[in-house]
Amino acid sequence: MGMTMTQKILAAHAGLDKVVAGQLIEADLDLVLGNDITSPVAIKEMDKMKTEGVFDKDKIALVPDHFVPNKDIKSAEHCKCVREFAHKYDITNYFEVGEMGIEHALLPEKGLTVAGDVIIGADSHTCTYGALGAFSTGVGSTDMAAGMATGKAWFKVPSAIKFVLKGKLPKYVSGKDVILHIIGKIGVDGALYKSMEFVGEGVKALSMDDRFAIANMAIEAGGKNGIFPVDDLTVAYMKEHSTRPYKVYEADADAEYDEVYEIDLSSLRPTVAFPHLPENTKTIDEITEEVKIDQVVIGSCTNGRIEDLRAAAEVLKGKHIKKGIRAIILPATQDIYMQSIKEGLTETFIKAGCVVSTPTCGPCLGGYMGVLAAGERCVSTTNRNFVGRMGHVDSEVYLASPYVAAASALTGYITSPDKLTTE
Amino acid sequence: MEALGKVFKYGENVDTDVIIPARYLNSSDPAELATHAMEDIDKDFVKKVNKGDIIVAGKNFGCGSSREHAPIAIKAAGVSCVIAPTFARIFYRNAINIGLPIVECPEAAKAINEGDEVKVNFDTGEIVDNTTGQSFKGQPFPEFMQKIIKAEGLVNYVNQK
Repeated sequence: MGMTMTQKILAAHAGLDKVVAGQLIEADLDLVLGNDITSPVAIKEMDKMKTEGVFDKDKIALVPDHFVPNKDIKSAEHCKCVREFAHKYDITNYFEVGEMGIEHALLPEKGLTVAGDVIIGADSHTCTYGALGAFSTGVGSTDMAAGMATGKAWFKVPSAIKFVLKGKLPKYVSGKDVILHIIGKIGVDGALYKSMEFVGEGVKALSMDDRFAIANMAIEAGGKNGIFPVDDLTVAYMKEHSTRPYKVYEADADAEYDEVYEIDLSSLRPTVAFPHLPENTKTIDEITEEVKIDQVVIGSCTNGRIEDLRAAAEVLKGKHIKKGIRAIILPATQDIYMQSIKEGLTETFIKAGCVVSTPTCGPCLGGYMGVLAAGERCVSTTNRNFVGRMGHVDSEVYLASPYVAAASALTGYITSPDKLTTE
Repeated sequence: MEALGKVFKYGENVDTDVIIPARYLNSSDPAELATHAMEDIDKDFVKKVNKGDIIVAGKNFGCGSSREHAPIAIKAAGVSCVIAPTFARIFYRNAINIGLPIVECPEAAKAINEGDEVKVNFDTGEIVDNTTGQSFKGQPFPEFMQKIIKAEGLVNYVNQK
């Protein structure tokens, strides 16, 4: 019996020729990540460990991104704690406000994550780097602390679900719709403890930004990781962004999968997840009632990349959002922010009546920069729509692509972008 | 080692945002986090919970964010054990790493009622509902995880190595 792509990466990092699903292993880590919410807890735990500092100052990334620029005094104290730790151990990849971005958009852009890596991060969306053919997964703060101290982490080798992608996405359908479709199909625990391996000729037609969005939300199906094979596009991305050596792993032809799903990308439609679970999906055509909204958020580690902003600008260009609607746009990194300015996207947004924010996770988790009041509804390109996720327990979040979010900002209710062009 | 307490029962997919809402994540102090435990699913939880009480819930408990603040808040609020058919994987790791006992047992999660008095033996995995007299066998931890649990968390485990 062969190994899946994930199992091969884990075996190599555990110094083993072969691993099987269910086996407990200890793997060497290529990168350990934390943010301003999870790192302070990890730093406190690390202080309790009898260790001599960090295992490798170049293999730790600290990215204050959730509540920065500091939203209040307590957040400022957390950020200070992370900053002082980074200084004390001379952490190479600490990113201060001004050079930072949302961690899962920033690290690939900075070339810190490449194919074949094993990465843990004290943030559930660490699974994003699977888009590059790496094994990456979210952990808690104590695991982060042990990872920073020892350079190792324990894993139970996961079994896998294979998603065979075919065809090409139609106009106005993006990676976000692919992953919402999948979560709608298998449920929020459909891939619990498992790898989600995306394969097939359809992968070629997906941009890197689409792949990042898909891998990013593997956790919303309960997955341990989401992973894509490495192709010419992946290699081109890594060459553009990184000088680190990468290693390509491929699943064995006789690898075993718990389940196999075939997905025809050409048949997908813009998809929206209704409150209060990402699995409550409807295609845009299945939404028959007028779902009125108060706010739109376009950004996050799922959809704050340049293609996402281009999609939103394409819909908003020369138009103005509905009066009374708030639209908040958050480029995910400083580079994406600059690119948005260069391409004229930022001007399009501001002329359309949107506000454009510095990179932050803020509104996605109801932190700041767009918190919802009781009874308010938001169409958001973020990744979770749990009760109270973006604010008051009686507010509602509808997850969608940047195309749908932008179109909805124009009308004030959940709207398909292809409907706009025909009106 | 065992737990004995009154049961608070919740449904499926209890996420970490309702266990400890992000608006309180500007703190990492367990005592402060405990005052907001379960706030967005049961605003009276912290008023009603007593030391040793047990949470019983549906599948995929602890889904969502990786915040270790979630098991920390539950533990600091006095909860001695969480029983569910399945746990989201990051919550599962975090609970073991910080020393919050959790038990996977679909039958117990279904049969036990809100307010029942329940006893859990972590060595044998046996769960007894003293109110109804029913008993259940929970899924024992793999040996490797038992070592972390015996060390009372990952920090001590690393220190012992």
